[in-house]
Amino acid sequence: MIKYYNTKCDNGNIAVDDTILVKDLEASAGSKILEGFKPLFSAEAVTRLESKGYKVSGKTHVGEFGLDLVGEFSHYAEAEAALKGAAAELVKKGEVKAALGVDMNGSTRRAAALSCVDFLKPTYGTVSRYGVISCAASGEQVGVYAPDAKGVKEIMETIAGHDEKDGTSLKNESYGYTISYVSGKKVAIVKELLEKADEETKARINAFADGLRAKGVTVTEISCDIFDTANTAWQILMTAETCNNVSRYDGVKYGHRAKEYKNIDELYVNSRTEGFNFLTKAVILYGSDVLSKNRYKDCYDKSLKVRRVLFETFEKLMESYDAVLTPVCSKTAYESYDIHEAFGKVFEESVFTALANLIGVPAMVSGGVQLMGKHFGESTLLSLAACVEKEGK
Amino acid sequence: MNYELVIGLETHVELSTESKIFCSCGGHSAANEPNDCVCPACSGMPGMLPVMNKHVVELAVTAGLMLNCDINKYTTFDKKNYYYPDLPCAYQITQINHPICTNGCVTLKTSAGSRDIRIKQIHMEEDAGKLVHSGKYSYVDFNRTSVPLIEIVTQPDFRSAEEVVTYLNKLKSMFRSGGISECEEGAMRCDVNISVRPEGSEEFGVRTEIKNMSSFEAIEKAIRYEAQRHMDALEFETEELVQETRRFDDASGKTFAMRNKETEADYRYFPDANLMPIIIDDEWLEKIKANKPAAVDEKAEDYRAAGISDKEIDMLISNHKISSLLDELVAKGANAKDAAAWILTDCAGILRKDGKTLNDLAMTADDLFAVMQMVEKGDINRGAAKKILIAMVEEGVDPVAYCKEKGLDKKVDSSQVEAVIDKVIAENSQSVTDYKNGKVKAIQALFGACMKELKGAGDPAVIKSLLEEKLK
Repeated sequence: MIKYYNTKCDNGNIAVDDTILVKDLEASAGSKILEGFKPLFSAEAVTRLESKGYKVSGKTHVGEFGLDLVGEFSHYAEAEAALKGAAAELVKKGEVKAALGVDMNGSTRRAAALSCVDFLKPTYGTVSRYGVISCAASGEQVGVYAPDAKGVKEIMETIAGHDEKDGTSLKNESYGYTISYVSGKKVAIVKELLEKADEETKARINAFADGLRAKGVTVTEISCDIFDTANTAWQILMTAETCNNVSRYDGVKYGHRAKEYKNIDELYVNSRTEGFNFLTKAVILYGSDVLSKNRYKDCYDKSLKVRRVLFETFEKLMESYDAVLTPVCSKTAYESYDIHEAFGKVFEESVFTALANLIGVPAMVSGGVQLMGKHFGESTLLSLAACVEKEGK
Repeated sequence: MNYELVIGLETHVELSTESKIFCSCGGHSAANEPNDCVCPACSGMPGMLPVMNKHVVELAVTAGLMLNCDINKYTTFDKKNYYYPDLPCAYQITQINHPICTNGCVTLKTSAGSRDIRIKQIHMEEDAGKLVHSGKYSYVDFNRTSVPLIEIVTQPDFRSAEEVVTYLNKLKSMFRSGGISECEEGAMRCDVNISVRPEGSEEFGVRTEIKNMSSFEAIEKAIRYEAQRHMDALEFETEELVQETRRFDDASGKTFAMRNKETEADYRYFPDANLMPIIIDDEWLEKIKANKPAAVDEKAEDYRAAGISDKEIDMLISNHKISSLLDELVAKGANAKDAAAWILTDCAGILRKDGKTLNDLAMTADDLFAVMQMVEKGDINRGAAKKILIAMVEEGVDPVAYCKEKGLDKKVDSSQVEAVIDKVIAENSQSVTDYKNGKVKAIQALFGACMKELKGAGDPAVIKSLLEEKLK
C-alpha cells in the first residue's frame, strides 16, 4: 500500500506538497530536520484557494527540500514508493482535482512527466512565495498539477497575482489566462536536448509535435546550445541559495534537535548531521564552496552574469517562436538508486528543466513533454497543451 | 620618536522607526518581556519573506544628506552568513555591493582646529537578537532581531581619541535633532580600527579592530590603551603587532585579542534574492530632502540669530520633538524667542513639578500657538495663560474652550478698570492713608483687592500704573 500523504485531511480536493505551508498541518519539506514543525500560517496560494472554496486534502510527500529527482529521498516515505511524485500520482488517480508543488530544480515537472499529468511552472513572480519552504529564492515558483490544461488554468487564475507579503511578487493583479486556437503558432524542438533522451521519450516528443501540426502549428527542429550552460549556472545559484536558506535549521528554535551535545557548536553539528540526508549535505557543501571568498567571483558572480546573458539569448530566440518543445527528463521511468549518486543524477537530469528556473520563463508539462515560453506566455503554453490533449481524448 | 595615531570608525546606529526593517513587529523599545515583539519573519521560520520598510530607506537617506554623502539611486541587500543562536536565519541581511550612501564628509571643531572626516559609506542592515545567560542555560530574546540599523563607516581620518569623541557627539546630536535615532544607551555601537605610525610617515601601521563598544567613555579609554600598546610595541619591541580583532574590558581598562586574520570567518556574502533592488528616483529623493530637518549647525545659527540663548539652543538641538514643535510655532508666525521661553521655561516648569520632562510634553503646536495669540492680543494676561497651560499639560484640555469655560478671557476696558480702582480706594481708606504717608508697600493690598475684584482679568501692569496714577 503506497502512502502519498504526510498528513491527510478529510474531504479535500487539493493536495499540497510538503514544501508549502498549511496552517497547523505539520510541514517537513520531506526532511527530518523539520520534524514536528507546525506553521502558524498558510501559504498565500493555499489561502487564495481556500477562499474560493477549495479544501486541502493533505500534505503530500516530497523528497527532502525537493532536491531529488521526483521525491525518492523523503525522510517520511519509502524510496521505492516515491519513484513517482506523490502529488502527481494523486492527480493521476483522480483523488484530487489538482495539487500545488514548488518547482525549484525540476522535481515537480519530472514527477508530472512520469505520471503523465499536466504541470505548469509559471513566470517567476506570478504566484506568491509567501509560505513556501524556500530553497532557491531566485528561481523557485509555486506550480500547479492538474489532469489537463483547463484544470491548470482554473487553479492558476485563483493563485496568480500580486501579494505584498512577497517582495518578489510582480505587481500584476491578474493575468487573464486564456485557452484559444493555436493555428499559425510556431514551435521549435531543441535538437541538443532531444539527443539526450531515450527512444520512448523521443517518440513522445514526435507524437506531441504531430498533434500540434494537426492543429496548424508549425514545428521545426532547431539547434540551441544554451541548456548545459544554463544548467551549470542554475546548479551554482541553486546550491548556494539552498545552503544559505537551510542554514536556519540549526536545532535551536524548532524541528529536530540532537539529544547529545556538549556545547552550542555540537548542538548545531549533531542536529544538522542527523537532520539532513546525504543529498542535502552535498548541496550544502557545494553551495558553501561556490560562495566562499576564493570562488565567489568565478562561480556565483559569473553565474549571475550567465543568467543575464541567457535571459537575453532566450528572449531573442522567442522573437521567432512561440514556444520551445523539449523532453522533461531523459527517460519515462526512473529505477531506484543509491542516494550517494543523487547529486550527479539530479544535475544530469536538470539540463532539461534548469533554464526555466534560471531565467524565470514559464514551463508547462503535458503528455510527458515540456513546453517553454516567453515571460508571461502561459496562455500560449496552455493553448498548445490543450489542443493536443483534446485530440488524445 | 613621535608617533601619529590613525583611526577609522564603524558606527552602528539604531533607527527610530515604528516597526522593524523587514516585518511589521514594533521595535524592541515597545517590548516589556523577552520575545514580545516577534513574528514568524523575525524569528526565522520557514515560509516568511522579508518586506522592506520604506521609512528605513528614508532615514538612511536623511542621515546621508546630513553627512554630505552621495545618495545612490540603485541600492541592494546582501546576506552575511554565520551561525549564532541570536541570529535566527543564520544570516544577517546587510549591504555590501551597493550601499545606500557613499563619499560623505563631516567637519569637526576640536581644540586642534577644524578637521574634515571623510565618510566612506552608510549602509542599512538588521540587528541581531540577544542572549541572556543564566546558570546552566542560555536564553534567546528576539525582540531586537531585525531592528533597523545604519552603519556609518569613516575613512581612517581620525588622529586622536578626542576627535573620535567629538565626532560621536556630533553624530548623536545630529541624529537626535533629525529624528533619525534617539541614540539612547546601547543604540549607538562602535567598532574602532586603530593603527600607529611614525609621525610624517605615509604608510599605515599594523591595524587592530576593537569591537562593539557603546559608551563614549569606554571608547576613549580603549583608544588610549590600544594606542599606547601599539607605541610600546614599536618603540620597545614589547610584542609583535598582528592584524586582529580585540575586545575592550571596561573593568581592567585593557584590550584583549579575540581572533586574528587566519581564524577570521568567511561570511560568504551574496545578494539577497528575496529583496528587489531599491531605486531611489529624483522625485522620492526630493521629497526626502524637503522633509530633512536643517543641519544641526545651520539650525543652531538660526536659533542664535532669533535671540535664543546658547543654553536653550543646546536643549532644543538635542531634542527633535521639542525643536520641531518650536519650528512649527515659528512657521505659524510666533516669535522664536518667545516660543522657546513658553516651551523651555513655562511648559518645562509645569512638567518638572509633576516629575516629568519635556519628552512627556503632549501638546500640539496649534494649541500652544492659540495660547500665545490670546496673550499677544491682550485677551488674557500671563497669569491666566499659565492657568490654561497647566490644564493643557495635566489634563490635555483645549485652550480656547477652557479659557471660555473658566471665564479667563474676560476683556476689560479701562473705564471698567477705573471704576473698580475707584471702588477699592473708597473701601480701603486705611491703606490709602498709609500709602500716602510713605508706606509704599501698602499699594500691594490695594492692587490685590483690584485683581480680586476683576477676577484675574485685565493686564496687571496697566492696572498697577492706573492705581498709582489715582493715588497721586
